[in-house]
Amino acid sequence: MKGRITLVLVAAALMVFAGFAALYVAPDEKTMHAIQRIFYFHVPSAICSFVAFFIVFVANFAYLATRKPKWDWLGVAGAEVGVVCCTIVLITGPIWAHPVWGIWWTWDARLTSTFVMWLLYMAYLLLRGFLDDPQRKAMFSAVFGIFAFLDVPLVYFSNRLWRTQHPQPVILGGSNSGLDPMMGKVLLISFVAVLCITAVLIADRYRLEQLRTEFEELRFRSESRDAERARKIPQAAREARVE
Amino acid sequence: MTTSRAAAILLVKELRLEFRTRELLTTTVIFALVVVVLFSFAFEPTAAESRRYGPGLLWIAFLFAGSLMLNPSFAREQSNETLDALRMTPIAPFAILFGKMLANFVFLAVAEAILVPVFAVLYNVSFSAVAGRLILVLGLGTLGLVITGTVFSAISAHARMRELLLPLLLLPILTPLLIASVEATASLLADQPELDGTWVAFLAGFDIVFLTASWLMCDYLLEE
Repeated sequence: MKGRITLVLVAAALMVFAGFAALYVAPDEKTMHAIQRIFYFHVPSAICSFVAFFIVFVANFAYLATRKPKWDWLGVAGAEVGVVCCTIVLITGPIWAHPVWGIWWTWDARLTSTFVMWLLYMAYLLLRGFLDDPQRKAMFSAVFGIFAFLDVPLVYFSNRLWRTQHPQPVILGGSNSGLDPMMGKVLLISFVAVLCITAVLIADRYRLEQLRTEFEELRFRSESRDAERARKIPQAAREARVE
Repeated sequence: MTTSRAAAILLVKELRLEFRTRELLTTTVIFALVVVVLFSFAFEPTAAESRRYGPGLLWIAFLFAGSLMLNPSFAREQSNETLDALRMTPIAPFAILFGKMLANFVFLAVAEAILVPVFAVLYNVSFSAVAGRLILVLGLGTLGLVITGTVFSAISAHARMRELLLPLLLLPILTPLLIASVEATASLLADQPELDGTWVAFLAGFDIVFLTASWLMCDYLLEE
């Protein structure tokens, strides 16, 4: 509990600091000006969504190997937080793209794969909602999660192949090339901040899933005890009457 | 009993079942036809446009038809709990999955064999010069569709709203397959038809990756 509070405080402090650094410390970008500053949260969110989905994959794999429910809790925690990060990426991206590229969206390889990845993990979460039996839910969603994870590189690869065969206007792509050292530092700070928040959220979501499972078990136990008692009472009364 | 022999027996069983009812094949073909017809209302394509958009339309029709057709594959076993009976037989779980994959492949291939000529007539495109290569592309694409689709059909059979869930699981996974199949088919419809080897290799890779994954994970899919 103490560890969690510390982590939350550290994450909050880092986030405030990163926000300040991104808005006031980082130098102004020559052509994009203020809108470029969204990059300090867009890129860390993207990396964190990958980290979260990788955690999902590891958890799915570990669940199939060990059948321990804790891996299932980690899987759902990672998927939910990853989808949130991915949503942030998909929203901040177009906000930046509209003034800079002149369009909200383009079917570029990276954009498309991020969108498909979002769809895949939304499907993972939806699937969990439609499976009632907890064990089957854990098992099937783990299998689907592994399929989804295997699919992500294929989606990216197919889109790259496809787009390189069809010429398209050159886009201001690799903004990483020749990044100002100060910009690099600010990016690092905001990356650490977003990563901390991701960790806090995953840990909390994991705990929530654990509590939910324990609660279900307790309720099941108390219900079956009540049922047992209800069966015994008339029996006892009958026995008393016989006496 | 070897896995291949068990899978062959299950394939025959599925085909016999389908031959007696003919439910799946009729609905799949008619559904795909509806998609093809609706397309002409929505876009009113000229001959050149049909050649441009035809491959995409064909594969969208196959994907939608496939995601509907694959649903009963496992759900059908539930009404009489025949899946439990299959599980009790002393065969490898992969044989059950593989037999179903083969059966679904046959169903979808038959539907495609009916649909492609109809499409060619309705939209004035000719496949006759490239028939062999087209069959290769259709085969590899359909294989990828039924491999992932059969696995997800085993998953969605146990879920609520399974008819809705299966396309939701399947279609995003199939985006790379859709791109590769459409591009390979389009390369056959160009003025100088030449099969694009990269996409064929990509389709083969897709099939291998997911066939291996389903082979490794079929124990989990089929256990009670």
